[in-house]
Amino acid sequence: MELVEAIILSVLAASTPLLIAATGELVTERSGVLNLGVEGMMIVGAACGFAGAWLTGSIFIGALFGIVAGTMMSLFFALMALGLAVNQVATGLALTILGVGLSGLIGAGFVGERITPAVHLSIPGLTDIPLVGRVLFGEDAFVYFSIALLVGVWWFLYRTRAGLILRACGDNHVSAHALGYPVLRIRTLAVMFGGACAGLAGAYLPLAYTPFFIPGMTAGRGWIALALVVFSSWRPGRLVVGAYLFGAVTILQLHAQGWGVGIPSQFMSALPYLATIVVLVLLSRARSGGSTAPAALGTVFVPDR
Amino acid sequence: MLDSTPDGLNFGESPLLRTIGLTKRYGDFLANDSIDIDIWPGEIHALLGENGAGKSTLVKAIYGLIQPSAGEIRWQGKRIVLSGPSEARKRGIGMVFQHFSLFDNLTVAENVALGLDGRESFNDMSARLAQVSKTYGLPLDPKREVWQLSVGERQRIEIVRALMQDPKFLILDEPTAVLTPQEADQLFIVLERLRAEGRAILYISHKLEEVKRLCDTATILRGGRKVETCDPRRETAASLARMMVGGEIKEVKAAAGRTTTVPRLVVNDLSLAPGEAHGVRLEHISFELKGGEILGIAGVAGNGQDELFAALSGERLSKDPGTVVIEGIAAGHLSITERRKLGAAFVPEERLGHGTAPRMKLSENALLTGHAASGMVHRGFINTAAALKTVDRATETFDVRKAKRDPEAASLSGGNLQKFIVGREILRNPAVLVVSQPTWGVDAGAAAVIRQALLDLATAGAAVLVTSQDLDELAEIADRIAVIFHGRLSAPLAASEATREKLGLLMGGSSLEPKEAAHAVGA
Repeated sequence: MELVEAIILSVLAASTPLLIAATGELVTERSGVLNLGVEGMMIVGAACGFAGAWLTGSIFIGALFGIVAGTMMSLFFALMALGLAVNQVATGLALTILGVGLSGLIGAGFVGERITPAVHLSIPGLTDIPLVGRVLFGEDAFVYFSIALLVGVWWFLYRTRAGLILRACGDNHVSAHALGYPVLRIRTLAVMFGGACAGLAGAYLPLAYTPFFIPGMTAGRGWIALALVVFSSWRPGRLVVGAYLFGAVTILQLHAQGWGVGIPSQFMSALPYLATIVVLVLLSRARSGGSTAPAALGTVFVPDR
Repeated sequence: MLDSTPDGLNFGESPLLRTIGLTKRYGDFLANDSIDIDIWPGEIHALLGENGAGKSTLVKAIYGLIQPSAGEIRWQGKRIVLSGPSEARKRGIGMVFQHFSLFDNLTVAENVALGLDGRESFNDMSARLAQVSKTYGLPLDPKREVWQLSVGERQRIEIVRALMQDPKFLILDEPTAVLTPQEADQLFIVLERLRAEGRAILYISHKLEEVKRLCDTATILRGGRKVETCDPRRETAASLARMMVGGEIKEVKAAAGRTTTVPRLVVNDLSLAPGEAHGVRLEHISFELKGGEILGIAGVAGNGQDELFAALSGERLSKDPGTVVIEGIAAGHLSITERRKLGAAFVPEERLGHGTAPRMKLSENALLTGHAASGMVHRGFINTAAALKTVDRATETFDVRKAKRDPEAASLSGGNLQKFIVGREILRNPAVLVVSQPTWGVDAGAAAVIRQALLDLATAGAAVLVTSQDLDELAEIADRIAVIFHGRLSAPLAASEATREKLGLLMGGSSLEPKEAAHAVGA
């Protein structure tokens, strides 16, 4: 019992940054922009988030620092990929390389420092319920926020006019432009939202997951978040399932090593990517027409005036 | 130039829309050169011109998509500056685009919602959509995603979307280019009804008979300038064409006494699963094409033409070699190059990206299809001189106009590039030529050159298969015409029997036989 609860708790903790970062990237990609720089935006968010929390003593302000840092990074991407119509894949990869270097620079002075991590909810009576109490009522604010964020994004995409316009830009930017929508402005906002989420997801790591900062602490989570968006076939509902599944795989990998199961840990680390490929194949076989990916994803758009 | 006051109908009032000296400059190029046009309420006004004459630029400026460099637009007598399409829509200007501005992965209702200004709730909008589509007899299922719909249905979305804004002025950009004759007739009923309601329509087309039948006024553009405003009903198709082209168009003539010889291209019960997501399945296609003969394949776009071309050219292989027989040799399993070596040549529909590599020079593009059976490659090395010579020969024979001897393919205009591509293949003296949409988007002069070349090739004994959506073109050059619908090919009709009505029925999926079958039952 204790062990099951512990595993669920650690899966939730491991999944939350994936869920937040992937939710942001989902919105970005739904607008038709492929930003491969999630890892870079996350790691800068982690460094800045920790710096903010260490300097002010407030987890909340640390999280804000992370969000602002991620947004700034994404603005750089938007300037290059949307403003100057540079190839999105190349820009995204450059953003990751830049982010890894930049975070080392920002975080250098903070390595070895510790902060008090984010507090967990505690409701007397409810939190003490065995098995489910701590899972449902004993999490930190990030976990609850990540779920609210995802529900909010779902509602935005499918229930609001602004969300419809954003999806339209991702499906066919020429048509969206012809109907008079400001494609580049909409995409810039979507990229910024993706950056803010990636920054927050990065900040979660030193603020709640571990109470300290080490360089490279995102350890490929940005790439998993990207794979997750594809895995979900760009749908928020499937994204939750995928995030917890991928989170579970990373935790399983740790436990499997502890239990001495004879599967190489490298294989376990590769599982999310393998799963993504399998899902892609299955989806393209199942759906006879139409595209699962936003049709304009990753394509450059230069409006003629 | 004539003064444009049609039939005195609204005499004394100001026109609904008037452009004065409207000019659009792209660098040194004048896409529109001080164009004056008056549109009156309750008229269907045709805008005629060849490709590149400036029709699209003009309507984009009127719809607020681009800003004119000079001149002004007056709406109901007052000068307006349109910041964008939504402002144009607010004033009562609607537009139906030639290349539909639809979103394939969104539903019909969502597509309609995106074209409106969003002041009403989605449910109210859906209710109004149902009402408008019923009123005008344009049935639509709001829940379906666009990629599942036919071209005609897609156009219906565009029209309903425009009508839902209750426009005073509607612009239609080549609306019948993708319709069967029967679908076009239904569209004309809707347009006549809109005219009767007092709305004005600007109708872009280059189908002159259609314009003569439907339109009250016609403005003709050529090279970015207005040539004439006239009453199309008082003109002949030939006189309209003269104004568009600025000279006589050479008439295409078939040589008398063309004789058909042996079968050179035979297709036996060809069936092929679709190659991609939106593709069409080819089902049991059979025909026989003899030397000296031109077989035309008509049909609405997206009924399997691309798939048939891919199967014939070898871009997609068939498991059974006997399905495609070129020059008596089973070739269904052979690659493109092997089929070329048998004497076949192929001209795909898309000029840039399929027919040529856009950023490569013409000589390199000549080499790309000619390498298998020409002197351009010697022991794996390119013979540049021979490749250039091919370019020169194509240039001379087919009057390809270009800035220098060997420019990039993308720098040529559509008509000139198409002449080059067709020329490149014909100069190889093919036994079989498969050509798809040979004059799509090509100016009338170049189209005449290409059609003549196809006829001459057949006269010389080659078998020519032409896929086209332009029925007039097929009537002009084909000996027999078959219709492709949903991946099935009808039995070919002799060109003399293939009336527009018969072809239109086949293009819409009806069969010509039930009548006869009914007779048989009756007897």
